[in-house]
Amino acid sequence: MTKSERFSWFHFSSPNTFYPLAGTLQPWFAAIAALLCVVGLYISFFVAPTDAQQGEAYRIIFIHVPAAWMSMFLYLVMGFWSGVGLVLNTRLASMVATALAPTGAWFTFIALWTGALWGKPTWGTWWVWDARLTSELILLFLYIGFMALQAAIDDPRRADKAGAVLALVGVINVPIIYFSVKWWSTLHQGASVSMKSAPSMATTMLIGMLIMALGFWMYSIAAVLARVRCVILERERHTEWVMKEVGGQA
Amino acid sequence: MIRALGWVLRRDLLLAFRRQGDVANALVFFVIVVSLFPLGVGPEASQLRNMAPGVLWVAALLACMLSLARLFAPDHQDGTLEQMLLAGEPLVILVMGKVISHWLVSGLPLVLMAPLLGLQFDLPRDALAVLCVSLLIGTPVLSLIGAVGAALTLGVRGSGLLVALLVLPLFVPVLIFGAGSVAATAAGTGAEAHLLLLGGFLTLAFVLAPWASAAALRIAME
Amino acid sequence: MNWHSWSEFAAMGGYALYVWGSYSVTLVVLIGEIVALFMRRQGVIERLAKYYAAHRRNHETEA
Repeated sequence: MTKSERFSWFHFSSPNTFYPLAGTLQPWFAAIAALLCVVGLYISFFVAPTDAQQGEAYRIIFIHVPAAWMSMFLYLVMGFWSGVGLVLNTRLASMVATALAPTGAWFTFIALWTGALWGKPTWGTWWVWDARLTSELILLFLYIGFMALQAAIDDPRRADKAGAVLALVGVINVPIIYFSVKWWSTLHQGASVSMKSAPSMATTMLIGMLIMALGFWMYSIAAVLARVRCVILERERHTEWVMKEVGGQA
Repeated sequence: MIRALGWVLRRDLLLAFRRQGDVANALVFFVIVVSLFPLGVGPEASQLRNMAPGVLWVAALLACMLSLARLFAPDHQDGTLEQMLLAGEPLVILVMGKVISHWLVSGLPLVLMAPLLGLQFDLPRDALAVLCVSLLIGTPVLSLIGAVGAALTLGVRGSGLLVALLVLPLFVPVLIFGAGSVAATAAGTGAEAHLLLLGGFLTLAFVLAPWASAAALRIAME
Repeated sequence: MNWHSWSEFAAMGGYALYVWGSYSVTLVVLIGEIVALFMRRQGVIERLAKYYAAHRRNHETEA
């Protein structure tokens, strides 16, 4: 097999080859996401039984926990691709990292919002300074910092690399922050108040949460693919292929 | 390498002493902010005593953060930073020197001032001692982490607020254990674990932060 | 089946505000993100079309 015949994933590591791939894949991920979310919602409302202690309010868990999982997962993925872009000095990886941030930030917001709405009927206040919610809040600040830094720097390559350094520093800090906040929260409130003291997981509840988490994951991929396509068009506007893509002529 | 470190230290300290206003500003800010809290929440002694560790630590944190503007920006503006990058010495050493001098000028005075302010909040004596120690270990960590933020935002529009946004979330663990150590002492439980953890943060920051700052400086100056 | 009627479903055992408040905001955010992405793509394509048109005009005047 000659070198030119060998298939390599690196083929897709340049913006002009990744763009069409992303365009083809995106609707599939969107469809799978929609399907999984429908199934997950069905389970969350019609299959999972009512909880003895928390009543129907606990059903918020089917959004809150998957959103929190996604917010943390997307931050790690963002850090990873940022790091790849920094170390290998490639554009596409950095563009993907930039595209990940808003979706991750929105999931963090959803986790916080649903956390507040879950906390009010269960523990009486709109905000509960427990470890998970407080860590989510700080995670939101980290996302916003990343987006603000990239927005403030005009030169796109500098923005890519500066964002990468920040994201990597953030990734190292996230476990430290989580550990610190967890310690702080148990010290000040005792172990009584915790978002984790959810109803003991009946299997249906766990399955529902997992399916919703998968659905959110597929949704994230679809959204990020769509966003990175926009980023690619914007950043690569001086190239021939983008010109042809948009329908302009040289 | 040591010579380069010494050179950077000496230069920065000399420059700081020539403009003592900058140095004093951080200290005065610290005092003013700490004084604002009783004005805001009322003079009731037990409430102030409870609040004191948090208030003092947050104020120190903010003062440190504001003084980050002095760390790289002036050298960037007059071209010295570029010369430092071109010099043969490892950038990490030069960054380390700048951070140490930044701490000596902006962090150490806070450590020395803090007991006086702690008295205003009626903190017991052992808590005051722990406050000093926690700030002594913690403020260098703040300078180290802050250096990364300052390097990332070098020359960027609106960098003052942007640095705050980037760096304050990263300060949270130091705040939690710094203020926690004082609160634990005041409550009677030991502060050993907290101080040891702070020491751990210092070690980690000492190893990683100058490297990250140097990388960020290179990115900023490309 | 958990619910005996649609009104029971809507009431969520008295927790309607919280449960529907969570689900609806989530839906709004996710749909909103999708819509925003559509609009962003449209905006980019429009701006680039104008950019290329201007670019072409410049070339024509130079030629």
